[in-house]
Amino acid sequence: MSNDSSQSPPDRRALIAFAWLWVGAPLGYGLYELVRKATQLFTG
Amino acid sequence: MSPPIAPPGWSRWLVPPAALSVHLSIGQAYAWSVFKPPLESALGLSGTQSALPFQLAIVMLGLSAAFGGTLVERRGPRWAMTVALCCFSSGFLLSALGAATEQYWLIVLGYGFVGGIGLGIGYISPVSTLIKWFPDRPGMATGIAIMGFGGGALIASPWSARMLESFGADSSGIAAAFLVHGLAYAVFMALGVLLVRVPQAEPVARDDRAASAPTRPQVTAGQAIRTPQFWLLWIVLCTNVTAGIGILEKAAPMIMDFFAETETTVSATAAAGFVALLSAANMAGRIGWSTTSDLIGRKNIYRVYLGVGALMYACIALFGDSSKPLFVLCALVILSFYGGGFATIPAYLKDLFGTHQVGAIHGRLLTAWSTAGVLGPLIVNWIADRQEEAGRTGASLYGLSFVIMIGLLAVGFVANELVRPVHPRHHIPAPRARQEAADVERQQSESA
Repeated sequence: MSNDSSQSPPDRRALIAFAWLWVGAPLGYGLYELVRKATQLFTG
Repeated sequence: MSPPIAPPGWSRWLVPPAALSVHLSIGQAYAWSVFKPPLESALGLSGTQSALPFQLAIVMLGLSAAFGGTLVERRGPRWAMTVALCCFSSGFLLSALGAATEQYWLIVLGYGFVGGIGLGIGYISPVSTLIKWFPDRPGMATGIAIMGFGGGALIASPWSARMLESFGADSSGIAAAFLVHGLAYAVFMALGVLLVRVPQAEPVARDDRAASAPTRPQVTAGQAIRTPQFWLLWIVLCTNVTAGIGILEKAAPMIMDFFAETETTVSATAAAGFVALLSAANMAGRIGWSTTSDLIGRKNIYRVYLGVGALMYACIALFGDSSKPLFVLCALVILSFYGGGFATIPAYLKDLFGTHQVGAIHGRLLTAWSTAGVLGPLIVNWIADRQEEAGRTGASLYGLSFVIMIGLLAVGFVANELVRPVHPRHHIPAPRARQEAADVERQQSESA
């Protein structure tokens, strides 16, 4: 948020990746199951 | 617990996953139907009885969002997420006890009452914070979170079903499933509690437009409900949600009825696929249309939801039974607008009332959702039953419902057109707004 020229803020890229993976993995599972079910409209 | 105010260098991209961890969890509510058949057979319940925990949870969602909003604004997102975690998780644990001892009232109390408070507080917990972190893209930010509420059922539905397969569908199996749900959701939501931070100062202007914008008016939640703008948006949300529920409520029987008298009949399996596709459209609409609203403006996007939505309903009513792809396409567009309407409303509120108590105002507006939740199914089911009694079949069962939905969307369209900036007499005077913001910041620091 604020720019401190004397001290660079800690690198949070790993934390960001972990946080998005934490929520992205179950969401991916849900979407996979959804796509599997949705294809029944065209095959069922 | 670390302070909720962000330290220097804290990335705003850590806030959406914090919000998602809560919304993906509480979105489980829409997968309650997975537990209905096992509960009915294990505890000898009727369909109406087994729906009670869900219905009470939705009522509590509306009530706790409406009445708890101001408290959420005052205590901050971490407090709200902690309350949501405790209520939602302990709701499942109480339900596990209820299933194990075959005391159904404990399941109603646990999942419906206690868990329902978790739903309401959890739903509004990240809204205000996200808008403060993303003043340049509030539609996208709240769209991500509210998309999570739609996504929660996608995860929970297959997950809960598999768990019941493993543990068994008797009372001890259901109890074990509830127990695992309570513990797993507590761990999952903990990420949100740990990660959420409020920005040190607002707004965080990231583009020229936001940076050059004059100071926006700030309106308190108590004052907002005295403005015509609040009630116009209430009508907009209520009509848009009613129109979406009109399709969602009877999606599977509707598509089967529509094509029952044609050469291209739809099987029950294909209808289930159609319902799944509607869920995908609902979710995609939440993030897609809400993000688009940042580019074309909130009023314009609601013109699309309500105006084009009415056209889509007209298309289904006039030509729906002649073409399956047309029927599916129109229904998908309507459901995407349904999701979009939910996700865009916090940003619309922010535009009109400022960020000061936007979460609390959003909480009060969610009573429109509760009303639509009763109105939508009532219209479609009642009319379909009367048409059936009158000897009608196929697409004609729904014709009148669609005409009513078009009328409701037209009412919503007019309400949206009437929305004007809030009169300055409702604004908080600037020095008081600054003082209140400082007070909130101080309270958050002290409570951390």
